[in-house]
Amino acid sequence: MEVPVVELTGIKKSFGPVDVLKGIDFAAYAGKVTALVGDNGAGKSTLIKGLAGVQPYDEGVVRFGGAEVQIRDPREASGLGIEVVYQDLALCENLDIVQNMFLGHEELRTGTLHEAAMELQATKALQSLSVRTVKSVRQKVSSLSGGQRQTVAIARSILREAKLVILDEPTAALGVAQTEQVLNLVRRLADHGVAVIMISHNLSDVFRVADHIAVLYLGRMTAHLKTTETDHSEVVAYITGAKSQEGGN
Amino acid sequence: MTTPVTTIASGQEGSLKDQFDAYLLRLKAGDMGSLPAIAATVLLALLFAKLSPFFFTNLNFTNLFVQSAELIMLSSALVFVIILAEIDLAAGVTAGVAMAVYITLIQSKGWAWVPALIAAFVTGIVIGWVIGFLVAKVGVPSFVVTLAFFLGFQGMQLVLLGEGGVYRVEQQPILAIMNNNIPVWAGWALVIVSAALLGVLGIWDRSRRARAGLVNRPIAILFIKMGAVVVFGGAGVAIMNQDRSQGVIPIQGVPIVVPITLAVLFVGSFVLERTRFGRHLYAIGGNPEAARRAGIKVTRIRIWAFIVCAVLAVISGVFHASRIGSVDGSAGHSIVLEGVAAAVVGGVSLFGGRGKLANAAIGAIVITMIDNGLGLLQMPAGINFLVAGGVLLLAATIDAGARKRSGSSLARV
Repeated sequence: MEVPVVELTGIKKSFGPVDVLKGIDFAAYAGKVTALVGDNGAGKSTLIKGLAGVQPYDEGVVRFGGAEVQIRDPREASGLGIEVVYQDLALCENLDIVQNMFLGHEELRTGTLHEAAMELQATKALQSLSVRTVKSVRQKVSSLSGGQRQTVAIARSILREAKLVILDEPTAALGVAQTEQVLNLVRRLADHGVAVIMISHNLSDVFRVADHIAVLYLGRMTAHLKTTETDHSEVVAYITGAKSQEGGN
Repeated sequence: MTTPVTTIASGQEGSLKDQFDAYLLRLKAGDMGSLPAIAATVLLALLFAKLSPFFFTNLNFTNLFVQSAELIMLSSALVFVIILAEIDLAAGVTAGVAMAVYITLIQSKGWAWVPALIAAFVTGIVIGWVIGFLVAKVGVPSFVVTLAFFLGFQGMQLVLLGEGGVYRVEQQPILAIMNNNIPVWAGWALVIVSAALLGVLGIWDRSRRARAGLVNRPIAILFIKMGAVVVFGGAGVAIMNQDRSQGVIPIQGVPIVVPITLAVLFVGSFVLERTRFGRHLYAIGGNPEAARRAGIKVTRIRIWAFIVCAVLAVISGVFHASRIGSVDGSAGHSIVLEGVAAAVVGGVSLFGGRGKLANAAIGAIVITMIDNGLGLLQMPAGINFLVAGGVLLLAATIDAGARKRSGSSLARV
């Protein structure tokens, strides 16, 4: 069996008296898109925040590339090669595409910003994802559409040579054509050998791009399915709690 | 795996005409920068020249630069915090307190001027750090923190200097800044050095891009910019190099304050546009949460911005003391609002994330010109305030309209 890029075992997290994650086992593999689905309050965000280092877990083991690791803050997550593309994208509208893609990781030469090197790498990253919708890498983000912004945010993770990219509802605010573009992008990201975790509420999107589907129900992982071996109604049944793979565990 | 060929431009492609068309397009989209302020400068200059025969004399032209230096420095100081969508209402009184410290150390403690000046700057740094700490670390809104300091420091000035205390500044090097001139040849050298610096930076950028295999703009654009510096800078220096005395002893040359101001503007702009610190300032001003998630140390950068603001404000205070030749308890009370006005008139956005030092400098020249011109026309002081207020309102309205057209989300706030 292939070693997962990230493997979680017995993850627990509570906020005061509320147990949000009640012992989660989860894995994501290189080159595969793993969809993380579940109803509101199932614990998707909390699970992701732990991997991002924003809110460390209370209990449980995190293995990254087979080795046990501690992720205590976003820098440690970034250092391991974990990149998160949040729903609100976290881009600076007043900066251009290149500046956003290198934000916090600017290339320096003799103490000053090396714009040429950054522009070249940003262009290459966008090209490697076959991005066609962006006219100029020096466009301000404020002039980009929702889909283009998502593209920039995803391309940023390529630039950082991420091993694991977590996408939080990447298509939530997009129209039909833009959703199509972004889903293609997610697929190409995985084809680069990156492990992708995609949170989504939209099951048709999930079935379009995901290799695996992990279902969370009230803080428990109730199912870990192969997309090819399941269907829409079965996943819905797991999400609503009507069905459970692991007998309520 | 083969990479499909897709072309993504960088905005530097095309001939001189293509670049010019692209520039016009940006203007139409509302990205006007300081163009309205430059237009205002020209219009005001023509208006005042028509109304007052004294406006375009060599003496007044030079005066204009000397008078505007304090405001240029203070509005530049404010740019560093306004980029973060913060404000420092205490910038003026910070300068006032620092200069009170300076003069007190000299008068009562018998310090030499250099250590006293250093102490003034250290005072500024400490004040900037405290304000920054309260804003960035504790989380008190900068408007409230700096308003409190604005009120408190007026008291501090009086405590340090005594009620009604006015102390003469007698240190030649400080007085020289505003009152003495550099030699005629040095004025010309200033123009050449400015153009050369622009050229060197331009060539440096181009060679980096060329080595990376990227397209460069037509080099003519760089030559045009350098030519503009030579022509306009040269014209300014030519005027200042004329004898402007009304007596026997000739007064000529560029005032010392001009190269100092230009140097500060150059270094400040370099920091804002070419260093990581500058980039992070704009990022935090645009989207603090995005900056934080990108791993930028937001708190630390915010504190530094207030420190830089305070240091530049102290330079403005030194200019002020040099010009009026004394330090008193009321220095720096009214200049801060003019500084904010100058920045906004020049095209700096109070919403944060947008604005350069050059914007603030041009805005400061507009405000000073109104002051100077109306003064020459012997208008009552009331008119002066009314006109300055009107110009500010006009500038802010143009800015809001431009942003609405550009469709940036800031306009939708």
